[in-house]
Amino acid sequence: MNWNNSFAISSVVIRELLRRKDFYVLFILTVLITGLAGSINFFNNPQIVNWLKELSLTLIWLSSLVIAITTTARQLPAERESRTIFPLLAKPITRAEVVVGKFIGCWQACGAALVVFYVFFGIMISAKGGSLSWETLFLAMLLHWSLLGIVISMSLLGSLLFTSVSANVTICFIIVSGILFAGLYLGKVADQQPEPVQTILLALYYVIPQLGFFYEPRAFIIHGGSLQWSYSLLAMLYALAYSAAFLTASWLAFRRKALN
Amino acid sequence: MSTNEAVISLDHLKVEFKSKELGQETKIAVNDLSLKVNGGQVFGFLGPNGAGKTTTMNVLLGFVNPTGGSASIFNVDVRQPIARQRIGYLPELTYYYKFLTAEELLRFYAKIFRIPKSETEKRIDTILKLVELEHARKRQIKTYSKGMQQRAGLAQALINDPDLLILDEPTSGLDPLGRMKVRDIIRRLKDEGKTVFFSSHELGEVETVCDRIAILHQGELKVEGSVDELMKQYQTNLEAIFLKVVGYKEAA
Repeated sequence: MNWNNSFAISSVVIRELLRRKDFYVLFILTVLITGLAGSINFFNNPQIVNWLKELSLTLIWLSSLVIAITTTARQLPAERESRTIFPLLAKPITRAEVVVGKFIGCWQACGAALVVFYVFFGIMISAKGGSLSWETLFLAMLLHWSLLGIVISMSLLGSLLFTSVSANVTICFIIVSGILFAGLYLGKVADQQPEPVQTILLALYYVIPQLGFFYEPRAFIIHGGSLQWSYSLLAMLYALAYSAAFLTASWLAFRRKALN
Repeated sequence: MSTNEAVISLDHLKVEFKSKELGQETKIAVNDLSLKVNGGQVFGFLGPNGAGKTTTMNVLLGFVNPTGGSASIFNVDVRQPIARQRIGYLPELTYYYKFLTAEELLRFYAKIFRIPKSETEKRIDTILKLVELEHARKRQIKTYSKGMQQRAGLAQALINDPDLLILDEPTSGLDPLGRMKVRDIIRRLKDEGKTVFFSSHELGEVETVCDRIAILHQGELKVEGSVDELMKQYQTNLEAIFLKVVGYKEAA
């Protein structure tokens, strides 16, 4: 594995994202909506800041998922469609390095976008006089970024399995939303089911990446409290393991894929 | 580069494509192809559409694994990525990363070859001058004409100062001026001692720039030799030889 090659590819992915309008449009929309919502004052209600936090974080989560999935889903299909994959693979580079490079590029780009979003969030909440632990915000951002690692690697695998970019994007959104909001409750649902459904649901509960581990901590930002470093580090390792598994599967799929 | 050293070596190469559809036969794209291309030559790889030229090139570049036989470049098995360290490749009808400028594209490929930064900048200057894209080096590729894109393609194929260039129909779709420019570049590369292996349907062009040619038909090698020898042997021009070899009756 030549990391130099993967980083060369990642630099192209980042440059592409910087030169496309997606990120800028999403950021401006988030700023406009939260800015507008922040300007409303309901009878001097102190809870308005919490509501603003909730709204703003939801927009940030939504925007980050849109950026991560749509950017990743088109990477390998675009290489094949525009035939840039041919001069690329004619260089001393392996398909594994291409897959890893695409992952790193999308992940770095999403990380940079998250920094912009979270800094904006922190400044806006502070300006509104809301309480905010910058340490918790930082950890929540790291968890968010870790989750995007799983989503990006999953989307990369999808781009090799599904025939069209739009199908991959739709399927990824459905899977991610499903796991995000229902994944952690799957165990409880399984308990109430007869066999063999119970076993199937339990197996699913343990096999799928539990994205809720990364989403739920945002409650600390909204309602206060501190996020533990130990929890965050464990969750990051968990994300790393799933990302590595999806990347390995992507490499196996790409290795066998005909280029034409 | 010694002219006796085999740069490309194909030994009883066979490539089959299995159809995924039921009842469809396996297609033999290349059958028992043995060929040697020596250093410093411009070698024309000819054949009608579907003859197996691009498949052979795809094997040489490691895109397709041979079903039988072997292929090597500089005595290294083509399946090893390192075999591609000393080659430059220009595919047919390729669109490069449109959001990059020509110099960014070349920097990207230079990074893969681990060319030091100072050397990269020198090479970019030289190559962009060679392919006459100096004036447009800071413009995004999406603003280039077709001819300019093809020359950007040639530039990326040259960034590692390759000893072997594999060009798949390098003048395809270009206007006469564009073709002439690409031909001039191939000649200059030959003068620098590079080996050029290229496919083309432009037989006049092949006759002008190639030292040796091979004609492939239905996956099999039909003719191989120097252009002069073949023209003496058949007492006619390359186009007539080609038509005869591929079985076009009116030419016979």
